[in-house]
Amino acid sequence: MEDGVKKFLYVNRKAPYGTIYALESLEVVLIGAAFDQDVSLAFLDDGVFQLVKSQDTKDIGVKNFSPTFRALGDYEVTKLFVEKESLDERGLTADDLQEIMWEDEDEDYAEKPSIRIISRTEMADVMSDQDVILSF
Amino acid sequence: MDWRAQDHEPIRTYPLLGGDDLKFGIVVSEGPYTHQASDTAYNFVTAALAAGHEVPRVFFYHDGVNVGTRLSIPPQDERNIQQQWSALAAEHGTDLVICIAAAQRRGLLDQNEADRQGKDASNIAEGFRISGLGQLIEMGIETDRLMTFGD
Amino acid sequence: MATLHTVNKSPFATQTLLSCLGHAKAGDTVLMIEDGVYGAASNTGLADAMVGMGGAVTLAVLAPDLKARGIDEGRLLSGVKTVDYAGFVELAATHDRTQNWL
Repeated sequence: MEDGVKKFLYVNRKAPYGTIYALESLEVVLIGAAFDQDVSLAFLDDGVFQLVKSQDTKDIGVKNFSPTFRALGDYEVTKLFVEKESLDERGLTADDLQEIMWEDEDEDYAEKPSIRIISRTEMADVMSDQDVILSF
Repeated sequence: MDWRAQDHEPIRTYPLLGGDDLKFGIVVSEGPYTHQASDTAYNFVTAALAAGHEVPRVFFYHDGVNVGTRLSIPPQDERNIQQQWSALAAEHGTDLVICIAAAQRRGLLDQNEADRQGKDASNIAEGFRISGLGQLIEMGIETDRLMTFGD
Repeated sequence: MATLHTVNKSPFATQTLLSCLGHAKAGDTVLMIEDGVYGAASNTGLADAMVGMGGAVTLAVLAPDLKARGIDEGRLLSGVKTVDYAGFVELAATHDRTQNWL
């Protein structure tokens, strides 16, 4: 831990809409961004479904919160780790996920992707490198 | 949606402890009776306090906010989950925080909020208070271990 | 820098326990609590997977949850440790972080 900054990992393992966990997890991330900690998000198991593009909730009467993921860069939340094995198991590829970008102030506001697709082994490394893990 | 509109309480500092005693932050994210989560959390907190650790705060999120209603009436031969927590707070000074965003969705109100929203009742139990999600993050920063009990 | 993992789901209902074991590292402890304790029994269809995946980690089970569900400690997979709530606290204190698999 450096300068009182802790590494926070938000673990998302649940699909959106069937339960409220995904939405209320995102609410914590957005509030937490104000605390200037080192924040990462992990998407594995059914959590990868949260990032699928073209979600349209009109006909179920529930708010579509998926566009909010694209605002995370403005909150300096730029590390969204997505597990490749979880995508594979669910018949998904990177092309099925929405594009989420952030602007790097240090490189003349160059646009960079926030989603990083990593292996299960790498996900285990990310998890074991944290100070605080919040699970949803 | 203005996600930052919720107010944050100032960062509170906890007294320093000596030895190997740790500060545990606890999250309860399921409601009482349906899930075992709040029971396991209570048993864990009780054991942690008995071992000399400190539990400065428990944060109730998702349906966990329902633990803090003073209107529940469980059968007399069952444990009263809300009263267990209220008693724990009275004895050990543990700060029981109910998330305001989750509470508003689910109809948990303190008197302040009831007045502000024009509601005709409040239902928060003794020892609980309603505050923002910032209290959860602050708990993660200020404690040595964070434990989540949910589903 | 070890992690204490907790799992509270029956492995016959969800893949949470298997996912946890797939991410736990050598030196970590996986503690089965609540309905998670069903994963600790021997002679089940998942026992081989448990033993295979759990090799490098310590498997533990919360005894009060085991007792509540009528599972005799004699039926546990070999090598599974039992702890009470005080032991649960001790595990949380002696690991660097906790990951609760919900």
